[in-house]
Amino acid sequence: MSTPSLEQRWPRDHYLSGGFRLRDWLLTTDHKRIGWLYFASITFFFFIGGIAALLIRLELITPGGDLLSPDTYNQMFSMHGIIMVWFFLIPSIPNTLGNFLIPMMIGARDLAFPKLNLLSWHVYTIGALFVVLTVLLGAVDTGWTFYTPYSTLFTETAVLAAATGVFVVGFSSILTGINFMVTLHKMRAPGMSWMRLPLFAWATYATSLIMILATPVLSITLLLIAVERLFGIGIFDPALGGDPILFQHLFWFYSHPAVYIMILPGMGVVSELITCFARNSVFGYKSMVISIMAIALFGFLVWGHHMFVAGQSMYAGVMFSLFSFLVALPSAIKTFNWTATLYRGRILLTAPMLYAFSFIGLFTIGGLTGIILAAMAIDVHVHDTYFVVAHFHYIMVGGMVTAYLGGVHFWWPKMTGRMFSELWSKVAALALFIGFNLTFFPQFILGYLGMPRRYHEYPADFQLLNVMSSLGAGALAIGYLLPLVYLTWSLFRGKPAGANPWGATGLEWQTSSPPPKHNFVQIPRVSEPPYAYRNQDQETTG
Amino acid sequence: MPTATKTRKPLGDQGPVAEQFETMGQQRDANRLGMWMFLGTELLLFGGLFGAFVTYRVIHAEGFAEAAGHLDLTLGALNTALLLTSGLTMALTEQMSRAARPKATFWLLVATIAIGALFIVIKGHEWYKEYQEQLMPVLGLPFSYPGEQPEQAELFFNFYFVMTGLHALHMLVGLGVLGVIATVAWRWRNPPRIARQVQISGLYWAFVDVIWVIVFSLLYLSRV
Ligand code: HEM
Ligand SMILES: [Cu+2]
Repeated sequence: MSTPSLEQRWPRDHYLSGGFRLRDWLLTTDHKRIGWLYFASITFFFFIGGIAALLIRLELITPGGDLLSPDTYNQMFSMHGIIMVWFFLIPSIPNTLGNFLIPMMIGARDLAFPKLNLLSWHVYTIGALFVVLTVLLGAVDTGWTFYTPYSTLFTETAVLAAATGVFVVGFSSILTGINFMVTLHKMRAPGMSWMRLPLFAWATYATSLIMILATPVLSITLLLIAVERLFGIGIFDPALGGDPILFQHLFWFYSHPAVYIMILPGMGVVSELITCFARNSVFGYKSMVISIMAIALFGFLVWGHHMFVAGQSMYAGVMFSLFSFLVALPSAIKTFNWTATLYRGRILLTAPMLYAFSFIGLFTIGGLTGIILAAMAIDVHVHDTYFVVAHFHYIMVGGMVTAYLGGVHFWWPKMTGRMFSELWSKVAALALFIGFNLTFFPQFILGYLGMPRRYHEYPADFQLLNVMSSLGAGALAIGYLLPLVYLTWSLFRGKPAGANPWGATGLEWQTSSPPPKHNFVQIPRVSEPPYAYRNQDQETTG
Repeated sequence: MPTATKTRKPLGDQGPVAEQFETMGQQRDANRLGMWMFLGTELLLFGGLFGAFVTYRVIHAEGFAEAAGHLDLTLGALNTALLLTSGLTMALTEQMSRAARPKATFWLLVATIAIGALFIVIKGHEWYKEYQEQLMPVLGLPFSYPGEQPEQAELFFNFYFVMTGLHALHMLVGLGVLGVIATVAWRWRNPPRIARQVQISGLYWAFVDVIWVIVFSLLYLSRV
């Protein structure tokens, strides 16, 4: 490593220097720039989905339906779910941070298929914009799950267009997954053996595996819906002896594994943050890797836990329940390992670390309530209530979105070459934690008391908890808006970060910030296991 | 027409390596692995459909078996034979392109395309026949089924059109790709590159073959 004074100098030639015409962005094949394209797209979709969420929470402040009509309410939660799941959360960490970091973490110049990578972004953005438009104009009201026969035979809204759009976006997922997997298999730098991969790379690998194994099944399912609406070819039509439950099986065969697409990358990010700011090598690297892969594979055996009361056989239910309990084990192992990594570490309470702590706490609550839901007898009581809503938000928002923001803060200096405001970033992390719990904890209680999801009215008894939840949503919104402000500000005014402001290990920190076009002046050779923090203050440069 | 003079350019010349790769070997491996993975996803795409069909085939065993009897087994078998033959010509194309023989490569590609096109024509003819027999429950067309369980038969024919249609779509994509490669092979500029492209598209073509064999067994062969 060179001396700090040298590194503090802004690198003369880097991937952002030169080329700020539109076509330098829209036609770039540089994985780092494509990462930025995804940042722009998913941030846009996140705020559209967020507006829908705020409207929902506003409606629910009072027991009666006053702000939105029942139909509009249905459209709002459909739009919220469709956008947040498919156009924000699934591409969130993999396509932004993953795009940016995977080649750098393994010492490669780019992904294996840079043009395909660009194509993925175009497919994703055009498909997603199309869906948002059709959902807005065509008033889709099926929820993000498109359950038949409502979606095929009854609703008169633009389900055909929406399903087609989600189908198209699925190809972007598949292409990205293939790209990452081939890259991780074939393009690791000399000495970067599998057991030296950073856990973020492992998590991305597992995520990609799920993307390519599960997404095609969703594609065909959506295609069948489209075909039924377009040509009248009924595959799930009960009048012909078709089975709507079959649709649910196919849908959840994708969508349960997909919930792991929405958490594994977050686990990967948090592993990087915890090790760096505890200045400690990760506890149980191998068990972490095995857990990641176990989650990815066993996640394929539990989809029926969404259908306990849908009419599947009791014996199937018993097996799905059992496997669901088992799939929680590797998640628990990971949580223990993060905690053990903190033990005797030198903990630095930076903003990324605060996000990481939030993640661990919120993910634990989300996971434990998942186990409650996986118990069949209890699920009969709480299925389709706000308890389920709270469960998955604790994991998807409390876990994944928090990890995403933690990761964005952690790698921001690398991506932009600039530091952001320490104070404001900590305020934002805190606002997020408080706002989140205020929003979603009351929903556990509401659900347990019997408030069903997807209704625009409720009995007056539930009002207090609903008001708390809506207030929390306001605080949460501040937690999300603040970073937008100070991070943008830092782009212009932040002080230069230098190559390695956090004193982190990992190849991405060995190159300048922002990195040169092909990441490394010379392809690095790896001779150490990951996380070689020696439990002492690393030299920070810059 | 590829000219004979360009024929025996040695394959040692590997052409430029794409900038993200270190060696041509790495690039070739990456491309091949990428294609295999893509085919895996395609298999799963059809897999969902096959899984759904098999489920119904078990639930509605009699109705489906009887409905299958209304498909034209002869034409289906003929198409199977054709497609397998095109698999052979494609495999030979690969050999020839690796041996750097432009003429043979080009004409074998043309043969593959011709057989593939013939398959589509026969398939179209079959669909037309079913349309005439009112066995096409698509777009509200009349469906008059002579057998016992018309609802289940309709479900069967729904699957039939989705499966064969999706397969035909894949065939058309394959034919397009082969057409492009045939023009590239005609010009014969960069033989190693052509050999790689033929190999990758040959994988895809073999996949389309395999899918058809499954479609054929599920739809045509599992009859009473
Ligand atoms: C610890 C492991 C987990 C277990 C045992 C578990 C269990 C369950 C169960 C049983 C349900 C169905 C409840 C019902 O509808 O009655 C459910 C719903 C859900 N879970 Fe989990 N879960 C786990 C982890 C996750 C993760 C990691 C995510 C996402 C990142 C997630 C996201 C969801 C979503 C989105 C739903 C609701 C889907 C819907 O109906 O719209 N879960 N979970
Ligand atoms: Cu699930």
